[in-house]
Amino acid sequence: MSAGDARGGETERAAVRDVDRSAVENADVCVVGAGPAGALVADRLAADREVVVLDAGPRFDPEDRLARQERAIRPSRDRPDVWDVGGDRDAHANSGEWFYPLNHARVKGIGGSTLHWQGMVMRLHEDDFASGTERGVGPDWPIDYADLRPYYAEAERELGVAGASDNPYAPPREEPHPMPAFEPSHSDSLFAEACEELGLDMHSVPNARNSEPYDGRSPCVGYGTCQPVCPAGAKYDATVHVERAEEKGATVIDRAPVQRLEHDADRVTAAVYATPDGEERRQTADAFVVACGGVETPRLLLLSESEAYPDGLANSSGAVGKFFMDHLFAGVGGTLDEPTRQNHVGFYTSACDQFYDEADEEVGPFKLEFLNYAGPSPVEEALTGDDWGDDLLERLRDGYGTHVAMGGLVEQLPRSDSYIGLDPDRTDDRGNPVPEVHWNVGDRALRTIERANEIQRAVLEELGAEIEWVAGPDATGPAYHHMGTTRMSADPDAGVVDADCRTHDLDNCWIASSSVFPTGGAMNPTLTIAALALRVADDVRERL
Amino acid sequence: MELTRRDATAALAAVGATGGIALAARREADGPGAESGEADRDGADPGTEAGGALSDDDTVRAAMIAVATVVYPEEVEGVEGFVDEFLDGRLDGSAHASGVRAAVGELDGAARSWHGAPVAELPESDRDRLLREVGADTADENPDGTLAERVRYYVVNELLLALYASPTGGELVGLENPQGHPGGTESYRRGPR
Repeated sequence: MSAGDARGGETERAAVRDVDRSAVENADVCVVGAGPAGALVADRLAADREVVVLDAGPRFDPEDRLARQERAIRPSRDRPDVWDVGGDRDAHANSGEWFYPLNHARVKGIGGSTLHWQGMVMRLHEDDFASGTERGVGPDWPIDYADLRPYYAEAERELGVAGASDNPYAPPREEPHPMPAFEPSHSDSLFAEACEELGLDMHSVPNARNSEPYDGRSPCVGYGTCQPVCPAGAKYDATVHVERAEEKGATVIDRAPVQRLEHDADRVTAAVYATPDGEERRQTADAFVVACGGVETPRLLLLSESEAYPDGLANSSGAVGKFFMDHLFAGVGGTLDEPTRQNHVGFYTSACDQFYDEADEEVGPFKLEFLNYAGPSPVEEALTGDDWGDDLLERLRDGYGTHVAMGGLVEQLPRSDSYIGLDPDRTDDRGNPVPEVHWNVGDRALRTIERANEIQRAVLEELGAEIEWVAGPDATGPAYHHMGTTRMSADPDAGVVDADCRTHDLDNCWIASSSVFPTGGAMNPTLTIAALALRVADDVRERL
Repeated sequence: MELTRRDATAALAAVGATGGIALAARREADGPGAESGEADRDGADPGTEAGGALSDDDTVRAAMIAVATVVYPEEVEGVEGFVDEFLDGRLDGSAHASGVRAAVGELDGAARSWHGAPVAELPESDRDRLLREVGADTADENPDGTLAERVRYYVVNELLLALYASPTGGELVGLENPQGHPGGTESYRRGPR
């Protein structure tokens, strides 16, 4: 082992051992999960409550971000490698008709999946909260847009959102975004002409990415690797609120996977967590907020089964783990006979929400995106292939420069045959049954993809593009937005949590996660997760 | 097109000097009683794994510059200064640096056996042939793999990554802010020049 390796290995191992992972006495609130939801809850309560946050994964060193970026570019590294996802800790099973690449879709550790997210932060539309009433399919949420509207505004300030009020299809808002939107790209200007011909409205998109210095963080400097890592810290991630919560006095314990929630008939009494030394510890608290995302949240409840709750904790409704949803990707790409200037940045700057609210029983809501990263990234291409020197340069020049693409997200309806369960035949590194992902997608979503493709194809044809690929119903994939598995409902027989995101069964247990979404809409979920988390924090404070 | 000090600095900004970085894929051993994420990112120490002595830095620099003149396109100038400066940031005490030194050592060993001299002393055509004889042209990079895969990872792709993540390397392709380079948020808005 080299000196550097020793420095990086043994010293850090010692540091890991030296961390005090003891339970905190007299805790008011125990938050399980240090992603955006858990971090926001902790930050909001930490000033005047004793808050403990437990997370299964490590506290990543910010100094490693460039090395993680290299992993993102190097072909020998797979996407889960970038944030050390995988191995026995993250083992899982797939049993649905649709394969789900779970470990591409999540990060465990302080900051959670915001460490690798794209950073798009739209509000759901008003009709998304009333799908059953307005579109004739799916359940209504027990809250409406007006309930969440002030929390959306607050979430935009907390995350730092760059946006503009030029989107005529967005739901009503009361104030400008905290930062100006990123300017449109050169390729946006090419799309604009085609869209004008077709009568399509383009508009800016809200980014949780600094367009100017914000909250002590850098503006975007254009690394172009937003997903899966922003070395500049310009893209929001939940370490922001974890650190803020710690400054206010919260205790954050990493590498502390919660094994089960101990409980009596109507209260959670302790979170039992494992630590790297192989021990188990018990964190008691007056209130518990489970914020582990749409897969690990239902898994933890199922692992916490008892005589009182034989089908899983908080599962009197039978809905824990059920109705697993994601957004599906629809896209069309091709090439033009002119430069399109792609891959300078890793985010998109223009979108079209024009068709979103036309959703009905047959076709769901969808949004359209004009990508700034179509086609190959030359540096990634350079590291593959059998050539070098002038031959390689010629290949890179041939491959780069004229690509265009549109993407889009499509709603999937909740289905009882799409669920997260426990696989009885496989256990993780702690001996717990691993999550079984059983993902199924209905025909409405597939029709919606076809509808999105029609429009995307029309735009590219209007542009004069030679179409090279279509991500249609047969070639779609998930957007890595895990939703629906502890759904919200006013009816205790129909949902896991009530309108306040508090479990129907347990008086002192809340869930802050996209797992509470009764329907998913077609907007990226994190702003809604953040808004709900802030609302959860207010409810916890009120009831404590 | 001239590679500059700025390009070397930018290449390092893209991938980072490696020193002190403690990054690793999770290991099978991870689990109760074992911590994840703190072994070095390139796995087992390649120097010891290869069973050979590590090349000294002057040898490594000379060999890397010699290989760069093969794998970089003809129109690139200033290769020696660029590679030298890039390696200033990469040849530190990390396991990655050990991997570079070990791979260069093995490549030099092959060069001596097959061509009678270390890489840096071979004519350019022999350097190109050596890399292909080793198999680095068709191998997928792998820091823990065969000699071909390690030479691809630590030598060939190390150099290609440095070049094509730099502004000048990007401009060769028509992209002045390549992925990995923090080139700001203006170039994406500009049309072609």
